[in-house]
Amino acid sequence: MPDAPGLELIRGEIERDCPSAVLATSFDRSQAALIVDPEKVLDVLRWLKEQPGQRYDFLSSLHAADYLPAEPRFAVHYELINRDRVERVRVKAMLADPGNEELPEIDSCVDLFPTAEAQEREVFDFFGIVFRGHPNLTRILLPDDYVGWPQRRDFPVGGEPVTFTYSERRYD
Amino acid sequence: MTEQVVERDREIMTVNVGPHHPATHGVLRLVVDLEGERVRELRPVIGYVHTGIEKSCEDKSYWKVIPFVERMDYVSYFFQMEAYCGAVERLIDLEIPPRAKYLRTIFLELNRIHSHLVWLGTTALDLGAISMLWYCFRERDKILDLFEMATGQRMHTRYFQVGGVIEDIPLGFEAKCRRFAEEMPIRVGQYEALLDRNEVFLQRTKGVGAVSRERLLELGVSGPLLRAAGEPWDLRKAFDYLAYPEVDFKIPVGTVGDNYDRYRVRVAEMVESSRIVSQCLDALPDGPFIADDRKYVLPPRSELSTSMESLIHHFKLVTEGYRVDPGEVYYSIESPRGELGCFVLADGSAKPARVHFRDPSFVNLQAFRDMAVDTYVADMIASLGMLDPILGGVDR
Repeated sequence: MPDAPGLELIRGEIERDCPSAVLATSFDRSQAALIVDPEKVLDVLRWLKEQPGQRYDFLSSLHAADYLPAEPRFAVHYELINRDRVERVRVKAMLADPGNEELPEIDSCVDLFPTAEAQEREVFDFFGIVFRGHPNLTRILLPDDYVGWPQRRDFPVGGEPVTFTYSERRYD
Repeated sequence: MTEQVVERDREIMTVNVGPHHPATHGVLRLVVDLEGERVRELRPVIGYVHTGIEKSCEDKSYWKVIPFVERMDYVSYFFQMEAYCGAVERLIDLEIPPRAKYLRTIFLELNRIHSHLVWLGTTALDLGAISMLWYCFRERDKILDLFEMATGQRMHTRYFQVGGVIEDIPLGFEAKCRRFAEEMPIRVGQYEALLDRNEVFLQRTKGVGAVSRERLLELGVSGPLLRAAGEPWDLRKAFDYLAYPEVDFKIPVGTVGDNYDRYRVRVAEMVESSRIVSQCLDALPDGPFIADDRKYVLPPRSELSTSMESLIHHFKLVTEGYRVDPGEVYYSIESPRGELGCFVLADGSAKPARVHFRDPSFVNLQAFRDMAVDTYVADMIASLGMLDPILGGVDR
């Protein structure tokens, strides 16, 4: 992990090359995170990956979370590793819910990190976050005809009625 | 006229393998485009055993999540527990006592040997070496006996708790475990004697399914697959956790990254794991096996009949659980298949708002196309075995 001052240094350098891309930093429970503008997330990821002296070139995980009732509501997390300095940094892009059944959108980072292919599909599958430019953005774990985005916090945890041979009537 | 002949030679046939097929090591479906015996294109279809564990976890208090996450990657259950418990411990800033660190390390490494034994037995079976399965499962049973002795269960033990482990190891466990750790390298030698001079095994694995280290890194592959390609990347060394900084072990690496190297790396890892177990048993510190923070950890059973305070704590912890201040933690460990990460988001209530597992099999499966395209169908099956995906972990 970069420590808190190290994180601020990284932020300052990104600020020079991609102005106003990093909105805030957070250093919580000794984990460093850059909270970035979702429109400029690719610039930040590319900078972290390719900038000499940085080389955060291993995307270990890409996942999403729903912060309901906070606003903006969704976040896509990119866990990057610098294998030379053995440091981790989290890049977090907060996405607002556009409402009206529309889906939030963010740029896909598959060109930068091919490993994100399956993980972006998983995020789309469970949160309904659209990754622009993803080669094959379809459901990956759920059935293709599934309706809804089950990992959203307002999606209820509930069962489907199971019909057994002698109990059909119970679920009429 | 000639064009037609070329067309006929290049006739592509699409074949469906699985989802129920013994060679897919779980419920994995492969849609394979074949040109004769050659695989020209391949699409893994996953999701057949998706059970929504991550969503179910959001409806359980923190301590009740542990048995759920164990059932994701059902061969390396101790690793799932460690990833989850470690993430929650970091969320609530709870230090675990040294004895618990060592006990966890012992069980993780036993689990790593167990997982590699299941892999070796089934993969050798795919390659026609049937007897390997029995030898591997003989040793695996000894590990399960050890698990049963210490935890009461052979699989899905729920042994790790937030704050430490649920019980101290019983009398006699240490001697039995030590005997196993001494015996295991000899057994590994026997496996190597069976396979390393087996002409069929060598021809089936050497030079098959090689993927370069750069490509594996791009694809986010970690664990033995990456190390077999010559990249010495192991989270046990890179990020200090549990007792790993205090024990001496080596990271086996391969050279070309073919199936033979993958086999060599995993077999060497089993020896290293038994060394770690022995060292941890030698250095096992005395003291408590679980943290003494009554806000998060159940009080000892014996206190319940004498202390009102303990009874209240016990009641509160069992009924509501503990609340965790808002925050998020990503904690990753080196599982037998690579980087196993657990992301836990707390919203201030007694239930996690999100539990996500970065499962190594899920990510590693993306490299399967690179491993299998332009090889024979039989080699595709071998490569899949060497990839060692656990579909319970892939689909969660």
